[in-house]
Amino acid sequence: MAATSPSRVSASDTAGIDVTGAEALDWFKKMSLIRRFEERAEEAYGQGKIGGFLHLYIGEEAVAVGAMAALRPDDDVITHYRDHGYVLARGVEPKRVMAELYGKATGLSKGKGGSMHMADVKRHVWGGYAIVGGHIPLATGLALANQYRKLPHVVACFFGEGATNIGTFFAGLNLAAVWKLALVAIVENNRYGMGTAFERVSAVSDVYKKACAFDIPAEQIDGNDVLAVRDAVHRMVERSRAGGGPQLIEAMTYRFRGHSMGDPQRYRTKEEVEEAKARDPIVRWRRTVLTSGLAAKTDLEKIRDEVEAEVEEAVRFAENSPAPDPSELCSDVLVSE
Amino acid sequence: MQVTYIQAINQAMHEEMARDENVLILGEDVGILGGAFKATEGLLEKFGSERVVDTPIAESLIVGAGVGLAIQGMRAICEMQFIDFISCGFDQIVNMAATLRYRHGGQASCPIVVRGPCGAGVHGGIYHSQNPEAWFFHIPGLKIVAPATAYDAKGLLKAAIRDDDPVIYLEHKFLYRRIKEEIPEGEFIVPIGKAALRKEGRDMTVITYGSPVHAVMKAAKDMASEVDIEVIDLRTLLPLDWKTIRTSVTKTGKALIVHEARRNGGIGGEIAARIAEELFDFLDGPILRVASRDTHNAFATPLEEYIIPNQERITEAIRKLASY
Ligand SMILES: Cc1ncc(C[n+]2csc(CCOP(=O)(O)OP(=O)(O)O)c2C)c(N)n1
Repeated sequence: MAATSPSRVSASDTAGIDVTGAEALDWFKKMSLIRRFEERAEEAYGQGKIGGFLHLYIGEEAVAVGAMAALRPDDDVITHYRDHGYVLARGVEPKRVMAELYGKATGLSKGKGGSMHMADVKRHVWGGYAIVGGHIPLATGLALANQYRKLPHVVACFFGEGATNIGTFFAGLNLAAVWKLALVAIVENNRYGMGTAFERVSAVSDVYKKACAFDIPAEQIDGNDVLAVRDAVHRMVERSRAGGGPQLIEAMTYRFRGHSMGDPQRYRTKEEVEEAKARDPIVRWRRTVLTSGLAAKTDLEKIRDEVEAEVEEAVRFAENSPAPDPSELCSDVLVSE
Repeated sequence: MQVTYIQAINQAMHEEMARDENVLILGEDVGILGGAFKATEGLLEKFGSERVVDTPIAESLIVGAGVGLAIQGMRAICEMQFIDFISCGFDQIVNMAATLRYRHGGQASCPIVVRGPCGAGVHGGIYHSQNPEAWFFHIPGLKIVAPATAYDAKGLLKAAIRDDDPVIYLEHKFLYRRIKEEIPEGEFIVPIGKAALRKEGRDMTVITYGSPVHAVMKAAKDMASEVDIEVIDLRTLLPLDWKTIRTSVTKTGKALIVHEARRNGGIGGEIAARIAEELFDFLDGPILRVASRDTHNAFATPLEEYIIPNQERITEAIRKLASY
């Protein structure tokens, strides 16, 4: 099957919205949680409480939330390093994620991994990877294991458009296609790899077109529309689960913040950023929910308060948690005497 | 002129690109962004996008294309955004670049510099803190340099760019803006293969390089009333300046090796073995090593501080060796 042309489904022009009120509120809550969580992390970073590198997902929330809504809880997830959103959307407790950012013993990886390497194996989240493209072959292996064991799980592999010019992207998807593995590659195209605009370094700047190299189905979708993401991922995942082989989704989105903290962003204009902010996925979903009568304003306000409390609790938990003990350095790793 | 370590690196590239139009630089974000750490700032404006090339995220391409350019007589500076990602270009370095001159029976050479920020101390976690010198120390055909001062950072980079063989240039990111010193205005080169005797002393030789040079110098000063330390800053790791090491250890009879890379399989082991093999008769004590603990780097601050060789561990090792 050749790569399909982009289908731009958007909530606003979908007449019958296929979503329940409970789902609508759940997605609103998760997107708001990710947003608020990261705003607080940003603050803590500014106060020197979080160190190292911190890459925010603000503006891209609809991709993680829409995708997780389409996946089953035992489908496998593996991601790139801009990963706070995925784990929160998957339902990991915010306090464990915040504690990891703080490098505390109570963090998701006991403070050993930090922001870029969030993993929660019992939720089938196999980790964030800070080597660009490094995890794509792993996704192939995860899917091969599922195939071998005849498990009905699909692997969702998330990465940025910047990862589609490195060898592991081609090697990983090629063999996944040869073996018809149950794998969906979800490419978040936020247009920049660090300070480099994608079209400056990619011969083909519509990522979905690269799928023709593997002869697998691909779609380009509006990644700021949580419903469009859910629908596309659902379609692709179920096709893959039914034996349709790997699939690729290019979710068009934009990161509102710099690449990481302290990025002066001289590679893009303020106007461009403002224009993108007008497509804020949370504001959009809120509008859709209200105009379609899926929920009332008071429901959304209640959620906002819940999110605020949950995030504050996460910060408190992280701040009051102990630092990891140095003995941790010699656990979970083979260390010679 | 007062410059930081990273400014010295930037100056070296400016000067060499101005001197030789065959020099160009390839890397992620080296152009418009001026480098993730600003090492390449101003190069694009000065030399244009034909010579300052923003590449896709593909380290094997950055190195491999550099090798191709080099065969044609160009000189490529290949930037790894963090030196950790050099592993993604490993094959191109080890199998392509390092063997090229030998494989061609001397018909062609491979003047590339693979440079990038190494080292811990900035909470970079697992993939943004590594010291990869030992991965390459094993490979004939490569040179490896690791400056500790702004003067050496500049002089060694200029030498590396002019060298006809592939050079891995390790710049320690902890030093980027923490080191600021006076360097000469005019042109200077620091030759590859020559260590620097940072301090003369009679009681023991401390052999080090990169970031720990500063901690060792501090120890030498603080402990001056107890022990008279001779400090060798290797500057070049491959080829090792064995002559300088031999002369010093023959004189002092004691050797301590300090590096930030892990101990297991680290360069210190090779130096220690060589001293044991060739200078056994001169030794008055065991050859000691202080290095990062043999585990992965951690993100959490207290853990990172525990891993890398700190002042305390260096002092302790010096005392121990002095007691022999
Ligand atoms: C192999 C490798 N090379 C370089 C880097 C440095 N780096 C980190 S993020 C990044 C840009 C990634 O862009 P993209 O994949 O589009 O993801 P985004 O940051 O947009 O989410 C780069 C070059 C890296 N982490 N890994």
